[in-house]
Amino acid sequence: MPKKVVSGNYAAAYAAKHARVEVVAAYPITPQTSIIEKIAEFIANGEVENLQYVPVESEHSAMAACIGASATGARAFTATSAQGLALMHEMLHWAAGARLPVVMVDVNRAMAPPWSVWDDQTDSLAQRDTGWLQFYAENNQEVYDGVLMAFKIGEHEKVNLPVMVVESAFILSHTYDVVDMPEQEEIDEFLPPRKPLYTLTDFENPFSVGALGTPADYYEFRYKIAKAMEEAKKVIKEVGKEFGERFGRDYSQMIELYKTDDAEIVFMGMGSLMGTVKEAVDILRSEGYKVGAAKVRWFRPFPREELYELAKNVEGIAVLDRNFSFGQEGILFNEAKGVLYNTDAKPIMKNYIVGLGGRDITVNDVKAIAKNMKEIIQKGKLDREIEWYHLKR
Amino acid sequence: MAESPFKADIERVQKEYSEKMTPGAIVYIPGSSVVNKTGGWRVFMPQFNREKCIRCFMCYTLCPEPAIYLDEESYPVFDYDYCKGCGICANECPTKAIEMVRESK
Amino acid sequence: MVPLEEVKKMELPADVKKKLTLPFEEHFYAGHTACQGCGAALGLRYVLKAYGGKAIFTIPACCSTIIAGPWPYSALNAPLFHTAFETTGAVISGIEAALKAKGYKVKGEDGIMVVGWAGDGGTADIGLQALSGFLERGHDALYIMYDNEAYMNTGIQRSSSTPYGAWTTNTPGGKKHFLEQRPKKKVIDIVIAHKPAYAATASVAYPEDFMKKLKKAQTIKGPAFIQLFAPCPTGWRAPTDKTIELARLAVQTAYFPLFEYENGKYKINMPSPNKEPKPIEEFIKLQGRFKYMTKEDMEILQEWVLREWDELKKKAEIFG
Repeated sequence: MPKKVVSGNYAAAYAAKHARVEVVAAYPITPQTSIIEKIAEFIANGEVENLQYVPVESEHSAMAACIGASATGARAFTATSAQGLALMHEMLHWAAGARLPVVMVDVNRAMAPPWSVWDDQTDSLAQRDTGWLQFYAENNQEVYDGVLMAFKIGEHEKVNLPVMVVESAFILSHTYDVVDMPEQEEIDEFLPPRKPLYTLTDFENPFSVGALGTPADYYEFRYKIAKAMEEAKKVIKEVGKEFGERFGRDYSQMIELYKTDDAEIVFMGMGSLMGTVKEAVDILRSEGYKVGAAKVRWFRPFPREELYELAKNVEGIAVLDRNFSFGQEGILFNEAKGVLYNTDAKPIMKNYIVGLGGRDITVNDVKAIAKNMKEIIQKGKLDREIEWYHLKR
Repeated sequence: MAESPFKADIERVQKEYSEKMTPGAIVYIPGSSVVNKTGGWRVFMPQFNREKCIRCFMCYTLCPEPAIYLDEESYPVFDYDYCKGCGICANECPTKAIEMVRESK
Repeated sequence: MVPLEEVKKMELPADVKKKLTLPFEEHFYAGHTACQGCGAALGLRYVLKAYGGKAIFTIPACCSTIIAGPWPYSALNAPLFHTAFETTGAVISGIEAALKAKGYKVKGEDGIMVVGWAGDGGTADIGLQALSGFLERGHDALYIMYDNEAYMNTGIQRSSSTPYGAWTTNTPGGKKHFLEQRPKKKVIDIVIAHKPAYAATASVAYPEDFMKKLKKAQTIKGPAFIQLFAPCPTGWRAPTDKTIELARLAVQTAYFPLFEYENGKYKINMPSPNKEPKPIEEFIKLQGRFKYMTKEDMEILQEWVLREWDELKKKAEIFG
């Protein structure tokens, strides 16, 4: 297949098609609608076989239908955003607890009120405790690759957990970029048909799934999920490496490091804003700053070891959070700081809250942050720990 | 037919599940509930009078457990391991062949 | 462990085979933790008998979750997926879509039945949206609502299916006469408004009729809905041996008439439209939950029963 110029949403739809998804149950919400519209177009043009599309009546039912489909052994896919993701929260727990590898694309959008359709990471990060793996895409290519890898990682026999591929509203979902899509045969080799952990069509040995767990047993069930998450780190690295060998783009690192080898200051963040940060890093380097960028690809499972390896060798980390947990700090900052507490890596870490609700983050903003971090490192202490960058009023 | 259909592999159920924690809380031995002998719940127990029975099968049809099965001559057999003593069989029997008596243990 | 193999090999005498009106194989195992005399457990036993081993069940949070067994016990010899309270309609839609995507035959004589088995709370209240979506999209599955007229699993709270004048723990009678003030919600009418392929009411006191309706739901293409009247002696404060009697009286007093809806036509099974139904008092006096009712309440309830029965008879005439 030649390279296609597609939006992030269309890239996700193509990835679902190439992954030979069997059941799609979704409910429309801006800015996810074009994913489902594209999939419906595939069905209308006869480009997919064995794909059942269920136009459900709410996001909660969408996740419930995907769970039912996945329990029957089918490959299930859905997509949603902000309010819809919040509505399906109960069923996110259910998918992880029932160990079903549903794949969902979440288009990061700000939570209402006030109503906003623009980019904000709070919606997906608010689901970090549900047991879903989370992959944050920087550009449309990563959305496409992420969805393909999500199926392989989630369905791995050691994992069996659902995976969320997160992209930015409008910045990725509706802007067009070049995406390289491999041939269907190559993808079929990478992603063979699913071998489910259990299936409800097994009438010889009927299973019952998800029964009541008394205090004597519940604890061990949850430990199994925690263990699967840990195993997932190894599986992510293996699959990322295989992806690189087959298709030329390596994803074996859970944190993508950009010019961090000799960096004093590292910008850490997730998603599309890191594209801007990488541009700014190039410009800052030409101006003599020793800066680098660390893009956290996988937020769950959190890459503790890789973060430690990075933090050992830098003096300052500026964490850019396009999200906020009220009553605490930016979520990525909070988690990264917590991971490093019991280690001997103690860089100066500062939290910059940027771009909530889709406010633009520009190269100049990153340069200003770099200047601020440089001053802090020279002084040796923080001016303030959390900075709401450029609060207007 | 005098063999109760609820004789399950009780040892297998107890052994397998004490060792294995199945992901997603899967139960892979159907009918493992027979390990739980609910007969201990009873206060009253059904007493069967074979002469009055006309083999209409109402008791067998209406038992919620079910704790009544049919023997070779199609008379009902009461499985006292599981009978909870609700009394539906006695209430519905058209010839009053079943009487609920207080169980003396 | 399946002693069904032995049971299947047994030869029934010919006259017994004729008399026995239900399939003999048992797919529901004793040892489950339902209350004594539970109507819902009996209903589940019938559904499992009707479909043998080839049905996939979905059970939301309700009494049946516990009846089907806490881990690691299972009382059903069929694949079962436990799901969240309000999702039965959505999960059976997903299962049916997956079966179709994988090329299995759904419904029909040798097809796979997908059955959602939910209580009145999980259908009439919190599950109504998912049920509506399931019916409207036309999935080939069966939704059975077993009606015990309250949220029994959480301790007998009122649901929209609770009748006028009933005691429940959140409408507990008492000195200020705070009983259930709203009439029983007619879920079957809501379902029929979606014009499904098949809708029916059934009662555990009429198992052959219930079996016939289950078989019909298996052969007719499209969404099917059955509302099963399943008395709860614990929640209704009735003696445990009166379950079947109550289910029978509910039909005979026209409180819960049995009828079917198919192809736009209504057909009343029971009670006979040409006879006067029994007075509702016969149904009420067996249950402790109606003991706070005053004479006025009784009259209001009797009036409601006759009004609804009249409406149903008229519908059967016009759309018969």
